[in-house]
Amino acid sequence: MKRLLVRLLREKPLGAAGAVICLVFLFCGIFADFLAPYGYNQISLLNRVKPPSGQFFFGTDNLGRDVFSRCLYGAQLSVIIGFSGAALATAISAVIGIVSGYLGGKTDLVTQRFVDAWMSFPELIILIVVVSVLGPGMGQIIVVLGLLLGIGGSRIIRGTVVSVRENMYVHAAQSMGAGTLRILWRHVLPNVMPPLIVLFTNRVGAVILAESGLSFLGFGVPPPAPTWGGMLSGSGRAYMYQGPWLALAPGLCLTFVVYAIAMLGDALRDLLDPRMRGSR
Amino acid sequence: MTPEPVPLLRVENLQVHFPVYSGVIAQKEVGRVRAVDGVSFSVMPGETLGLVGESGCGKSTTGLALLRMLEPTGGQIVFEGTDITRFDRKQMLPIRRRMQMVYQDPFGSLNPRMTVADIVGEPLDVHRIGDSGARRAKVLDLLSTVGLTKEMAGRYPHEFSGGQRQRIAIARALAVEPALLICDEPVSALDVSIQAQVVNLLQDLQARMGIGTIFIAHDLAVVRHISDRIAVMYLGQIVEIAKRETLYARPLHPYTQALLSAIPIPSPAIEAARPRQIVTGEVPSALNPPSGCRFHTRCPVAMARCKTEIPALTALGDGQAVSCHLHPG
Repeated sequence: MKRLLVRLLREKPLGAAGAVICLVFLFCGIFADFLAPYGYNQISLLNRVKPPSGQFFFGTDNLGRDVFSRCLYGAQLSVIIGFSGAALATAISAVIGIVSGYLGGKTDLVTQRFVDAWMSFPELIILIVVVSVLGPGMGQIIVVLGLLLGIGGSRIIRGTVVSVRENMYVHAAQSMGAGTLRILWRHVLPNVMPPLIVLFTNRVGAVILAESGLSFLGFGVPPPAPTWGGMLSGSGRAYMYQGPWLALAPGLCLTFVVYAIAMLGDALRDLLDPRMRGSR
Repeated sequence: MTPEPVPLLRVENLQVHFPVYSGVIAQKEVGRVRAVDGVSFSVMPGETLGLVGESGCGKSTTGLALLRMLEPTGGQIVFEGTDITRFDRKQMLPIRRRMQMVYQDPFGSLNPRMTVADIVGEPLDVHRIGDSGARRAKVLDLLSTVGLTKEMAGRYPHEFSGGQRQRIAIARALAVEPALLICDEPVSALDVSIQAQVVNLLQDLQARMGIGTIFIAHDLAVVRHISDRIAVMYLGQIVEIAKRETLYARPLHPYTQALLSAIPIPSPAIEAARPRQIVTGEVPSALNPPSGCRFHTRCPVAMARCKTEIPALTALGDGQAVSCHLHPG
């Protein structure tokens, strides 16, 4: 672990920068309650649409709420939704992809046609339908996004598994009498880790973006919860000309975090591959 | 009178066919690739049987079928007195402990994400032999047996050369102390200078541990070095089987003669002077093998009878058997 960190710094400066931003993001999310100078819904009508200053780092919105505090609480929501959604999505992708790819034959055929059918639905429409039926809420969003991205992503894992399965070391394990579970766990899973890690990091970004998109459309976590997407669509869009910081602050948070996660994911994929050890 | 020795492995009329399908919905079998079509041989305990033939003659398929990695279409595989031809997965488990395989490509047969210790110890783990301490000791012991050092146990396969990797693969195969080792072209992916080392290692280990070996190869010089007996395959069938000395001194089948005359001799003078038996044309398709003797389309001494009549593998004494109408026994 320590060696991995050293190598991250030395070989992947961009990934290290991504890691730092991710850590800051995680830290802000987890300790938002302590870091935020004001409550996320603390209204001060005397300080409406104030530009950034020493008192309000990112300014205030149309209700006089501190945008900096709201961004911190937004990070908290994004951490929770992003990581649980991506974890669920990756787990679903891994299970479907590995089982379908390794077993092959009829199982593969049936599973993949189901995945095809699922992928042909437009994601946003499913999300909006589910949210309108179940009502808006964080739990619904996590489960629906996890399922949506997970089933689609299983295609990537399946492709990798199909090629891993043909390796001689899998044949060797079969011929020495190793059981299917053992082969999947010891031989297939470690060799699909690189795409899984990239998939996970990619999904964290995608889930955060999708949640923001939903909140922007008004189907996300309901206000006054301070999601970045909600802030963009609410005060950010309505008061863009009076206070550009209202849109800029959550927008930049979103951009930085999603970009940093992607960079970290790429760097990790390279570092975790023993064949890439020592190379740049 | 001494009792007839019991062979370690006896293969009777083994067939492995791959059906070829046509059509999308209502799939119809339109033909079969007869990769292995009626192969019979036996291996005594501690004996090395060389299996030679050109690419696509079914020698690797035979090896995979013996391990039941491919389903035999017909015939019988009797291992240590037990017919394992139709054994299911669970029944095969104790058998797999007794037969191990070394693969051709040492770059593909080792999981790049496992350490050498994990790779070599995996068969012990699968068959639940010993506790973790005993396994560890056994692994280190095996590494030194194949000429690697203890320090290498924690490294990954990509840190080793081809020859070293093949040593790791051999250590893995020997971990469960098998009775039969199937080597599928174990040295053909290695440099010539390394081939000799690995072959000598195999030979040495085999002599020390008394393991019966099936050595699949297309390099006749290597096979000659390591085998006690040699079976020559052509298009899914054994055309000649004999003791090493007999086969190299007195090859009877025209195909064997052609193969042997193709071995290069490292002396231009002898090379130029010796008679060459050249076989022309391509190997016919196993999907639609020739009638009669399968070799008749390329045989320099084919007779009319070869086109119609299938020659049987006939024993000629001294362990030599040939399937050719020239040698009816």
